[in-house]
Amino acid sequence: MHKTNVNALLDKMAQDIANRHLNKPLLIGIHTGGVWLANELHERLELQDPVNTIDITFYRDDYQKVGLQPNVKGSHLPSDMHHRDVILVDDVLYTGRTIRAAMNEIFDYARPDSITLVVLVDRGGRELPIQADVVGEKIELSANQHIKLKGPDELTLQITTAET
Amino acid sequence: MSDHPKIAIKSGRLVDPKNQIDAATDLFIAESNIIAIGEMPDGFDPDITIDASEKIVCPGLVDLRARMREPGLEKKATIKSETLAAVKGGITTIICPPDTKPVIDTPAMAQMLQQRAWQTGRTFIHPLGALTQGLKGEKLTDMWALANSGCVGMSNALSPITNSLVMRRAMQYASTFDIPVFLHSQDPWLTGNGVVHEGFVSTELGLPSVPEAAETVGVARDLALIETTGATAHLCQLSSGRAISMLAEAQDKGVKVTADVTAHHLHLSEHDVGLFNTLCHVQPPLRGKQDRRALRDALKNGVITAICSDHQPHGNDAKLLPFSESEPGISGLETLLSLTLKLVEENELSLTQAIGLITAGPADIAGIDAGHLSVNARADVCIFDPVQEWVVTSDSLVSRGKNTPFMNQRFKNKVTATIIGGEIVYTA
Amino acid sequence: MNFTDIQFDNKGRLRHFLTIEDIPRDTLIQILDTAESFISFGQREIRKAPLLRGKTVVNLFFEPSTRTRTTFEIAAKRLSADVINLDAKRMSTIKGETLLDTVSTIEAMKTDMFVVRDAASGSAFLIAQHVSPEVRIINAGDGRHAHPTQAMLDMFTIRQYKKEFADLSVAIVGDILHSRVARSQIHALKILGVKDIRVVGPKTLIPTAIEKLGASSYHRLETGIENVDVVMMLRLQLERMEGQLIPSEQEYFHLYGLTEEKLKLAKDDVIVMHPGPMNRGLEIASSVADGEHSVILAQVTNGIAIRMSVMATIMGGSR
Repeated sequence: MHKTNVNALLDKMAQDIANRHLNKPLLIGIHTGGVWLANELHERLELQDPVNTIDITFYRDDYQKVGLQPNVKGSHLPSDMHHRDVILVDDVLYTGRTIRAAMNEIFDYARPDSITLVVLVDRGGRELPIQADVVGEKIELSANQHIKLKGPDELTLQITTAET
Repeated sequence: MSDHPKIAIKSGRLVDPKNQIDAATDLFIAESNIIAIGEMPDGFDPDITIDASEKIVCPGLVDLRARMREPGLEKKATIKSETLAAVKGGITTIICPPDTKPVIDTPAMAQMLQQRAWQTGRTFIHPLGALTQGLKGEKLTDMWALANSGCVGMSNALSPITNSLVMRRAMQYASTFDIPVFLHSQDPWLTGNGVVHEGFVSTELGLPSVPEAAETVGVARDLALIETTGATAHLCQLSSGRAISMLAEAQDKGVKVTADVTAHHLHLSEHDVGLFNTLCHVQPPLRGKQDRRALRDALKNGVITAICSDHQPHGNDAKLLPFSESEPGISGLETLLSLTLKLVEENELSLTQAIGLITAGPADIAGIDAGHLSVNARADVCIFDPVQEWVVTSDSLVSRGKNTPFMNQRFKNKVTATIIGGEIVYTA
Repeated sequence: MNFTDIQFDNKGRLRHFLTIEDIPRDTLIQILDTAESFISFGQREIRKAPLLRGKTVVNLFFEPSTRTRTTFEIAAKRLSADVINLDAKRMSTIKGETLLDTVSTIEAMKTDMFVVRDAASGSAFLIAQHVSPEVRIINAGDGRHAHPTQAMLDMFTIRQYKKEFADLSVAIVGDILHSRVARSQIHALKILGVKDIRVVGPKTLIPTAIEKLGASSYHRLETGIENVDVVMMLRLQLERMEGQLIPSEQEYFHLYGLTEEKLKLAKDDVIVMHPGPMNRGLEIASSVADGEHSVILAQVTNGIAIRMSVMATIMGGSR
């Protein structure tokens, strides 16, 4: 088990978000880990609008290769996101492909004023020019390592190494 | 056919149901006839000697129903192509239904067909004449003239004679001259546009169905008319157990009626239609497993006395269609012997019974002198290897029709030589 | 060969959607679940997901049905596919172009998916057996045989209102004999665990051996819908009846028409379904069709999401 104290990181992230003084903030969590984190941040930031969720299954760029992922959760986004400052939350930022998919989906709903990307962990290894605005922790991992947020009751980070 | 060779067939197991022979013996042929069985005649000097050891020598097969597609549908097959297939299957005599295009309803047509067969074919072909003009079920044909032109019987093929009065008069007239009538007893209304047996498979696949009653209603009417007219009648390709019971009852009462069954109805059932397998689209449809049981039993107890191929060669396009639009029929000449003898392997019939059903049985129904190996009879002989296996493939089939649900199946009883009128017309 | 061999590839992925028969329960549930997340697409600014972007879907309808074809068209377009509608006429003789000729001609123009409707049972199978392996086929109704997407949207609608399938009693009423919808519904209900599946109609409209499919037959509407949770009405195609399968419209409505009075025999919270188009006053009274138990409009809405789900499921993972 990774020794990171997720709660401590969340406190720091909430503070970073607050410091940005967003005009009309709207929290969107990416399924599944991002939703848990968004719920935590929602509590800490005391936002009025409920947390929204996004499921990027239909926007994945590997659909042609691997097919439709089972257990689609579906996206629950407000019908009006115009002029909102979206806070997009995910657990781990890696290649950047998930964020690309999520942003495409958001723009199929509406044109927000801004999007702030918030991640718990930035593990490097980007394949697209995408960077997070708020990062809980940077952890350098190699390609055969896998990091996963466990939850939702007690949020912990788990790192496993694949046997080569 | 001049210069017939003298042929000695040595050391085979000779099976001739008609003459009740089943023995290891020799057969001698000269001048197109069988001249001796057993002892070689004095001074016989064979031109050809066939070593038939480990093989079975039987009469050339008589196929009670096979379509050559000529005239009219030469794009599917011709007399030439199909008689080559016939001899590969050990068949030396074929009875053809009259539903060619044009229909065989005049003596000229009957003679023309036989002439064509004689010129191009290697098998004896006997046509059936049409029972009604143009098979329309309305007016009788000149049956007497047709019979005198070589037609061995009259039939309306698959076209129904819906008017029972016409059927009655056709039977009365035919019986006046002792001409046998060949009937496909199916009620056309109950048959409708059905393509499979009415049962689980038709319900599951949602295909238009033919109830068993289509056959029993047709057979009931025709049996009543046969009995009261005294006609000599033959029921073609019965498919249901109930129809067979009705037939057996009529035979017990002394009604002059015989029946045949197709080789494929003895081996397949409605379930073989599987997922819309158009190769199993046949008329009448493949029925239930109990019906198949009843058909096999009817062979054992002599209610049915002939197995035919009901050969219907088709091009590929006829079967590459949605099931109900595909054309019915199986290419069966080359599997007739193997499918019949498979019933021996499955302990349903004795070898003599089985061979009788494809030789003397059908010959007696058609009233022709064929299907036996008597001394002085025409030398139509089939020699086959009971052990050697063969596989049905597009390449192995000589027939232009490759439409068989037995494709890629392995069979025993491979024909090794066929002799017609004293001439060797096929050797493997 | 069975239905599984044709519909699934060697990796166990659903490739064609031809019949519900032999599709495992989990796969059906997954199609329903995926459809759930497509429901919201109707309310978005851009009602599209990019899954089938660059793919060509051909609606090949040999039997006219504007209604069904339109839902397939909308479904494909919401998945960003290019859609071509072909209302083709077909010769049922060997003269002229055969069904497979037509299909291979269109296939040669780089079609990724065919949605096929045809009057002959088994057409979709025939096509699926002859197209190249990367081409997908959806059966949009073949003769009397199957109409699997209709059955799935019915299952989706039932789940919306009833949650669990296991303890439901479901009655299918009308012309079962000619109905591809009924056959697919029976398969779907059975696989999803419904134990009490009833078919209701006069003996002329109930096919033989229907019990082997897993349904019990009733010949009186009153007993057939007694205490059921779901009544699925079928469309009666008058042109098929020939005055023999049913004697008259009046007698049929009297005996099998679903009225408010008769519906009281079913459970209090019964839902009434109909695949459309309805013959009001023949198989169903207007007051029932528009009444509180009717979920017929929900069926129409769900039709698009289900078809998106089926398309997305079979099209994925092709390279």
